Amino acid sequence: MISDGVEDEEKWLAAGIAGLQQNAFYMHRALDSNNLRDALKYSAQMLSELRTSKLSPHKYYELYMRAFDELRKLEMFFKEEARRGCSIIDLYELVQHAGNILPRLYLLCTVGSVYIKSKEAPAKDVLKDLVEMSRGIQNPVRGLFLRSYLSQVSRDKLPDIGSEYEGDADTVKDAVEFVLQNFTEMNKLWVRMQHQGPAREKEKREKERSELRDLVGKNLHVLSQIEGVDLDLYKDTVLPRVLEQVVNCKDELAQFYLMDCIIQVFPDEYHLQTLDVLLGAYPQLQPSVDIKTVLSQLMERLSNYAASSTEVLPEFLQVEAFSKLSNAIGKVIEAQVDMPIIGVVTLYSSLLKFTLHVHPDRLDYADQVLGSFVKKLSGKGKIQDSRATKQVVALLSAPLEKYNDIVTALKLTNYPRVLEFLDSGTNKVMATVIIQSIMKNTTHVLTAEKVEALFELIKGLIEDLDGPLNDEVDEEDFKEEQNSVARLIQMFSNDDSEEMFKIICTVKKHILNGGPKRLPFTVPPLVFSSLKLVRKLQAQEENPFGDDASTTPKKNFQLLTQTIEALLNVPAPELALRLYMQCAEAANDCDLEPVAYEFFTQAYILYEEEISDSKAQVTAIHLIVGTLQRMHVFGVENRDTLTHKATGYSAKLLKKADQCRAVYACAHLFWVDDQENMKDGERVLICLKRALRIANAAQQMSNATRGSTGSVALFVEILNKYLYFFEKGNPQITVASVQSLIELVTTELQSDSASAEPSVDAFFASTQRYIQFQKQKGGAVGERYEPIKA
Amino acid sequence: MVLVLALGDLHIPHRAPDLPAKFKSMLVPGKIQHIICTGNLCIKEVHDYLKTLCPDLHITRGEYDEETKYPETKTLTIGQFKLGLCHGHQVIPWGDLDSLAMLQRQLDVDILVTGHTHQFTAYKHEGGVVINPGSASGAYSSITYDVNPSFVLMDIDGLRVVVYVYELIDGEVKVDKIDFKKTTAATHSAH
Repeated sequence: MISDGVEDEEKWLAAGIAGLQQNAFYMHRALDSNNLRDALKYSAQMLSELRTSKLSPHKYYELYMRAFDELRKLEMFFKEEARRGCSIIDLYELVQHAGNILPRLYLLCTVGSVYIKSKEAPAKDVLKDLVEMSRGIQNPVRGLFLRSYLSQVSRDKLPDIGSEYEGDADTVKDAVEFVLQNFTEMNKLWVRMQHQGPAREKEKREKERSELRDLVGKNLHVLSQIEGVDLDLYKDTVLPRVLEQVVNCKDELAQFYLMDCIIQVFPDEYHLQTLDVLLGAYPQLQPSVDIKTVLSQLMERLSNYAASSTEVLPEFLQVEAFSKLSNAIGKVIEAQVDMPIIGVVTLYSSLLKFTLHVHPDRLDYADQVLGSFVKKLSGKGKIQDSRATKQVVALLSAPLEKYNDIVTALKLTNYPRVLEFLDSGTNKVMATVIIQSIMKNTTHVLTAEKVEALFELIKGLIEDLDGPLNDEVDEEDFKEEQNSVARLIQMFSNDDSEEMFKIICTVKKHILNGGPKRLPFTVPPLVFSSLKLVRKLQAQEENPFGDDASTTPKKNFQLLTQTIEALLNVPAPELALRLYMQCAEAANDCDLEPVAYEFFTQAYILYEEEISDSKAQVTAIHLIVGTLQRMHVFGVENRDTLTHKATGYSAKLLKKADQCRAVYACAHLFWVDDQENMKDGERVLICLKRALRIANAAQQMSNATRGSTGSVALFVEILNKYLYFFEKGNPQITVASVQSLIELVTTELQSDSASAEPSVDAFFASTQRYIQFQKQKGGAVGERYEPIKA
Repeated sequence: MVLVLALGDLHIPHRAPDLPAKFKSMLVPGKIQHIICTGNLCIKEVHDYLKTLCPDLHITRGEYDEETKYPETKTLTIGQFKLGLCHGHQVIPWGDLDSLAMLQRQLDVDILVTGHTHQFTAYKHEGGVVINPGSASGAYSSITYDVNPSFVLMDIDGLRVVVYVYELIDGEVKVDKIDFKKTTAATHSAH
């Protein structure tokens, strides 16, 4: 059935075009032979095709366009006729003899256009006549197209100011009156169109109607082009009349379209000066009209207008644009009780953007907007609609983008209140946006108070807002989020140590609530912030009065102890051990022996009780021995305890090779170059001999299990260590002991040349080259090396 | 001519938020043929960033690296030079040239690159070079006070390598240059 309908329409259109073309053909012939009578006859017949009711607006438009082209030719002819002396008044009378009203009116408009051009009658009279007579067509589609034709042929002949058709006085009013009348009638026809035909086709009809909207809107465009429409005329006549029609037509489609059209076609300056009138119309529109879009567009335009030049800004202040818009939004939301949340968000979002553009210095306005928004949301729970949520993110991002500075946004007291209406996922998104803004602009957050406020904003990332973390959280996303928090913590800095310590305490308070999954990400940056502060305090004079209020390295170490302890429940023993070692070294630099000792004790306990992975043990031993080697704060007793333990741990590592290497590294604990009281040659030798024994054991073990002597590398490494201490002047390391090691390695390499690794050969070769090199150096070193035979 | 970027100890995000912007604008993709990184990046994002600069990326493991698969030491040959890479926390005493020289002999390399101290150093030693590119982000260090961000570019051409050190001092990038020529005597025989 439907396809039949479409096919029929095609057929009717084809028939219409055929009829039109045939009559146009005869019309042309008449025009060529200057036969006015025939020309009128055939043109009237041609135009009769437009009387059809069978075509959809779309198809009708096609037919109309063809007729329009033909009418152009006819108009040319009329012009010629007038030039040849034919009375245009007679012509105007003559065309009225056409039998049917529609062709008659088209012809009348065509002649009318020439009539105005001839200036034989005032333009305003002819126009008035035409617009009145067009009332004769009350069929919506036919009427709309006829009036559209009238508008088309008359638009360059309006009695505008400066126009050649301008009459005696104030004729611009006539021009406006003409267009307004045509607009009003067209809108009426357009609105009435929805009632034509059966109710079940309403949807289709609305779609067709929508396609015709520009015919109506064109009139507003023409109005905006009239030179004489100045602000006063616009304010007193044009806008009230247009709005009257818009409001009274009570049609959703028309109201939405025309309100938008008004905003688009007239200058921004006019909107600003007529805000009261314009905004007053909004609450009177049908409840179903999508006001948020139209109103948002208005605000956007005004924002752009404000951005275009600073010279226009006083206008905004003068008309109190912000409070007017703010009120209007409130009223619209009240009037449209069913407005979905997305509408509310969009409106406030646009208003916020408006105020940020127009009143960048009035932070209180921005806060006011957020406050009104919160008021509208209150009692409605969290926002569920995902589109609305996205809009809220855009709304909250606007101040960040505008000021490029979170510190300014932190002054908006209603900002965190808006966040409360977002679900935890969106809260995280918002927190990420905030952090990114800080990082991008390298904004340093300078006070504890601001850090506190900032944590309030990003708490979605700092702790679990709705109960414990669920398993659905993507591991990668989580990592990325927490790493961004870690980065953020680096941006908190103040040169004043007191304030910096307050900042660190604030950070600690918040991150310790983060739970075991977050702590490994957030504790290290906090620890290093505190250590940086310690280093700074260390350079300053210790306060002799021991003022309790002032920050000291000791206070920082207390905070560090508590913070690192939190890692034990995670558990993250390896990380905790690494951080303890950093703290121990910092305490060493502050000459705080008991504190340093305590950090070592904690690290040792962790090592003994928590770190069981053999690879992790090796790394832990590297760090313990490496740190301990650098410590100078310890007295003999403490140092003995700690080195003894460290050597013991080293000798108990799982792999023999690891044992051996750790033990020879321990030799450095007893020989520190620049410290005279730390040169215990005997204990160095004990360590090296122990390492040698372990290397022997390693070799025997691999001999038994794999039937090979295993790696000789350990022996070469120990040889190098012997050389190291030999060169440093350790009396316990004798030429003989070095020599016997060289021989040992040589024998091993020869006896086991088949299975020896080439890298060991190379290592030994370069060691020999080194000995040669040192020999040739001469001086004290060369002398020492002299007796060694490589 | 081959350009090798050497850097390490970024400690992002534990001790620094990011590389200095000035470094980032200097380090552009397509200019560098190899990157050698001593470790302590510490997170994947940094690894991915380095990868965008140059796909040929060699990393050894620092004690703070979340990626545990990086090796403790690594050697590679670029042109006529053999390079060794190690973070350095394994070499005790930390930053001690004589101990690093032992590692250089052990790895049998011409150029040894290590980190951990956050202090830029470059020594010619026994016919080889020992380089520490410092901390590219200027991260806090328990060993070095007042760390300036730094990295090293090595221009390897035949038997010659020019080591450029880029250091950010009070917001300005300063460049230093160290020339090193490999003598045939120092050429390590292949085994």
